[in-house]
Amino acid sequence: MTTGLTAEAATGSGDERLMVEALGIHKSYGSLEVLKGVDLRVRPGEVTCLLGPSGSGKSTLLRCLNHLERVDAGTVRIDGDLVGYRVKGEKVYELPKHEVAHQRRGVGMVFQRFNLFPHMTVLQNVIEAPTRVLRQPKAEARERARELLAQVGLADKASAYPLQLSGGQQQRVAIARALAMQPKLMLFDEPTSALDPELVGEVLDVMRRLAAGGMTMVVVTHEIGFAREVGDTVVFMDGGVVVEEGTPADVLGRPQHERTRSFLSKVL
Amino acid sequence: MTAATPSRTPTAATGPGALKAVPVRHYGQWVAGAVCVALLALLVRAVATNETIQWDVIGSRIFFDAILDGLVTTIWLTVASMVLGVVGGVVVAVMRLSDNLLLRSISGAFVWLFRGTPVLVQILIWFNLALFFPQLGFGSLSVSTNDLITPFTAALLALALNEAAYMSEIVRGGILAVDSGQREAAEALGMTGGLVLRRIVLPQAMKVIIPPTGNELVTLLKTTSLVAVIGAGDLLTQAQAVGATDFTRLEMLIVASIWYLVLTTIASAGQALLERRFLRGSAHAKGRSSVLRRIATDLRPGRNHDAGAIAAPVPPSEERGAR
Repeated sequence: MTTGLTAEAATGSGDERLMVEALGIHKSYGSLEVLKGVDLRVRPGEVTCLLGPSGSGKSTLLRCLNHLERVDAGTVRIDGDLVGYRVKGEKVYELPKHEVAHQRRGVGMVFQRFNLFPHMTVLQNVIEAPTRVLRQPKAEARERARELLAQVGLADKASAYPLQLSGGQQQRVAIARALAMQPKLMLFDEPTSALDPELVGEVLDVMRRLAAGGMTMVVVTHEIGFAREVGDTVVFMDGGVVVEEGTPADVLGRPQHERTRSFLSKVL
Repeated sequence: MTAATPSRTPTAATGPGALKAVPVRHYGQWVAGAVCVALLALLVRAVATNETIQWDVIGSRIFFDAILDGLVTTIWLTVASMVLGVVGGVVVAVMRLSDNLLLRSISGAFVWLFRGTPVLVQILIWFNLALFFPQLGFGSLSVSTNDLITPFTAALLALALNEAAYMSEIVRGGILAVDSGQREAAEALGMTGGLVLRRIVLPQAMKVIIPPTGNELVTLLKTTSLVAVIGAGDLLTQAQAVGATDFTRLEMLIVASIWYLVLTTIASAGQALLERRFLRGSAHAKGRSSVLRRIATDLRPGRNHDAGAIAAPVPPSEERGAR
């Protein structure tokens, strides 16, 4: 498989500053083409919601943004930096793993299944990356972690283990853990899909406040209400392509495409 | 059995505690038990009254200096091989799971070779290494193989390398049992491969690694007896040496067996303790399969099972979409 990446394409556009600029993203698993040339642009401070049926490629696109998935073709830029590659002269070089890890510091990610570290307390979960990766002094990291836990309403759970918490609480810890790295971009991969219905609200609440605070967010979600209320842009994907994108009012209120309409009629 | 008395009320018959049922009788069990006890008694009598077995010799030689020397050597050999085996096993397991083709091939070949040949043969080969390579080293920095490879070092090399090969498979299984989401979450936080392994993956893999490692220790303890073929001075070597001098071979083998039983009993007890520590507070903390089943949801002692159990992913449904 070739990376359809040329030095020319990789040098980027540049007139407007974008937090995320993904161009022509292709990704296949074996013979299954999951992304068939997808573009995504997110301006700083914006909340972009990716909607679409299962298998539409929205989660894969999200995972390409921080290089958890390697793109087969196309470029991803986060805040102007090419993700996973470096352009030098006429050539494009793949970045070694530790440099990819370095790039990921600036991008927080929240997973559907929370993925908290079960062998660590809530506080340890939150300070792990700041102390080990950013080498922050422990006392400082702890203090900051307590602030973050207070922000997500879990100040009293610092010494609990993840499995002693409800799903909603775990997901809020996961958000605090990602925020502890002081990211400039947050990715949410179906953050409420594994939650019991009555726990969804508390997580969306935290995300809503985060958005209000100016965080740039890309959210893969099935919560149409959240997308309408918080999203600046809604991107509807199906079959590995972007079918429609625009403001929530346009895409959710006046969908232009039949596929968008039929999807919305099923979930609304 | 008598007929029910007229005064018996329905509640007396069905209410809790009122019912006096006669338990099912397991007559077969009693018969089989009696037969077993009889057979055992016969066997014990046959051994105990056997005039060629000198029981007093066994009693007096159990704390013989030579035997205790052998015992120390056996313990030392076991512990050293196990430590080297665990360290080597982790290294080999990590190599096998690496993206690097060279590391993968080398570690694969290592496991293939050392697991694929009998450990007895490996002991003999290391012991006879001088036949192939009289000198080891480079140029002037070489030493005579016979100086370096004593029976003990040959035994240690063979057992440690063999153990590393087996341990690597156990460790690999443990690493693979850790949910891939854990690695992804750590990587998404900007952690590098080494950190992810050390801080996130290996600590969680320990739960899967520890129980079979206890088994390995007990097995290794007994396997060390194989080094008697090269006279490495272990318990069996010493017992045989003593026994050969005055025709008490069988007695000395019984002495050795008693010590092996003592050691394996201690090791098994230690293993049970360790497992209980790692599985504390779990409803089904017994048995290997339940361990494997539980790693994903219960990695720390003393926790409520259901509270945090990861709920099955809820598909996007109509009523939730309306929120």
